[in-house]
Amino acid sequence: MANKFISGNDAFAYGIALSRPHVISAYPITPQTTVVETLSSFIANGTLNSEFIHVESEHSALSAAIGASSVGARAFTATSSQGLLYMAECLTYASGGRYPIVMMNANRSTALPWNIYGDQRDSISLLDHGWIQAYAEDAQEALDLAIMSFYIAEHKKVSTPFMVNLDGFALTHTYEVVDVPEQEKVDEFLPPFETDNKLDLDEPKNLGFSAGPDTNTEFKYHEQQGMLNAYEVISECEQKFKAIFKREYPGLVEDYYASSADFVIVTLGTIAGTVKDAVDTLRSDGKKVGLLRLRYLRPFPNEEIVKLLKDAKAVAVLEKDISFGNEGTVYTNVNSALKKGNVTCPTSNYIGGLGGRDIEKHQIIEIFERITSMQSEIKFIGLKGE
Amino acid sequence: MYEFLWHGRGGQGAFSAAKILGCAYSLSSDNHKALAFPSFGPERRGAPIKAFTKLDTKKINDRSQIAKADFVLITDDTLFNDSIFDELKDNGKVILCTKQILSDPRIVTIDGVSLALKHLGLAITNTVLLGAVAALFEDIKVEFLKEAISQNLPKKLWQKNFDLVTEAYEQLRSAK
Repeated sequence: MANKFISGNDAFAYGIALSRPHVISAYPITPQTTVVETLSSFIANGTLNSEFIHVESEHSALSAAIGASSVGARAFTATSSQGLLYMAECLTYASGGRYPIVMMNANRSTALPWNIYGDQRDSISLLDHGWIQAYAEDAQEALDLAIMSFYIAEHKKVSTPFMVNLDGFALTHTYEVVDVPEQEKVDEFLPPFETDNKLDLDEPKNLGFSAGPDTNTEFKYHEQQGMLNAYEVISECEQKFKAIFKREYPGLVEDYYASSADFVIVTLGTIAGTVKDAVDTLRSDGKKVGLLRLRYLRPFPNEEIVKLLKDAKAVAVLEKDISFGNEGTVYTNVNSALKKGNVTCPTSNYIGGLGGRDIEKHQIIEIFERITSMQSEIKFIGLKGE
Repeated sequence: MYEFLWHGRGGQGAFSAAKILGCAYSLSSDNHKALAFPSFGPERRGAPIKAFTKLDTKKINDRSQIAKADFVLITDDTLFNDSIFDELKDNGKVILCTKQILSDPRIVTIDGVSLALKHLGLAITNTVLLGAVAALFEDIKVEFLKEAISQNLPKKLWQKNFDLVTEAYEQLRSAK
């Protein structure tokens, strides 16, 4: 193992390269660009033996990955923001076709107004498209998710494409110390991609077909079952990962004092780090506060949320997303989990970090103060002119 | 946590220096953690940019920009004005590349352009500031700056920058 001082994008590229994809197809877009630049440099200097397909658009990037996966190849693509939206048509081809492609998405705002900075409206708007969605907090977790994503996506019980989300700039372009594992360890961890869901001259079958009203529901039922099977496969994957790499991950959610707290912020991605610092500060003053970090949005950690929040007095969901005309989509999902689990504490929703605006620690502390007074509200934080 | 706020112009290597500083600190001990990041967005040559380095002996969770720094490092005195002092913590220092002599106790000056022209043949003062940090901040050692330079800059620039960092370091050490 080797410690390197590298960016989140470079860390992710190392994780992908160590997973030995057969095919990488990508179109550059800020802040994703350096991931595919780094991977293409690995191919150019001979350290990575993959077919790199330079395509003319994101729509083609994912289409090429689907083609590769449909002949049994391990396929990777990466994008961000408008590029992800341009891919949207192909997202359901990949998930409905049960092609376990891995995609890295650099979370970035969507136009208009044009903005290249980080928020999470791009991926969250596509939660219903049948992809597993994970969110990394730091560069080490990004690298480790790159490796684990293939294990989970390609598992026979799952066979579902996997989107790993890295906050644009705050993670993709921030440099930190990362432990890059040895190739032999990754080879020991990650089995080769084997599937029956491929074009094969010895066992000819029809792929990419149409299914009318008489069979379509059953295909969608199986798609749901595949995604639900990911719950146990994620757990199995993380146990094997810990045994080989000695790094532990907590499943679909991270409990940072949440289960022993009266007041909890639920959030995802890099801002969870700032919330941890705020929790440390408030705990040192004797305040019973905590963080529940969502590592996965699909499959959604309904049971884990209920287990950790059942004794909470109030919950805030902090997210870099808004479903216009309603509320933040993460908030909708968390409320649904709490309702199903008969948890009745007040919940509030704080929308922030849009278009890359910093969320500062004092704003997190203000959120804890607001929910301590038992308000229930939906509020944009840091709004100018307030 | 120690926080370093860099001011430079696009093309002057302020972010490269921010990164080398974080790398050098993390190389010097397994307990040393660092984050380095630029002010995000499109870069234009000559336009003012900021960069940030955070150093600590435990994991750094907060990725937000630095509002108040222990050191504010300025590659070019056209970027210096009194508002810079708002970015300093109490007892913080400004390290400024300039030929001027300034008597403010909060400011340490070094004639970075002359040193850079001597060693690089170019008025690029980013690594001068790294040598200055080593002189003023004991947790940064010149040997680890050299190692970090080799990991982050092209090989043809290594020796020139080793010499430049060392001379900047010695100049400020002897002035101390």
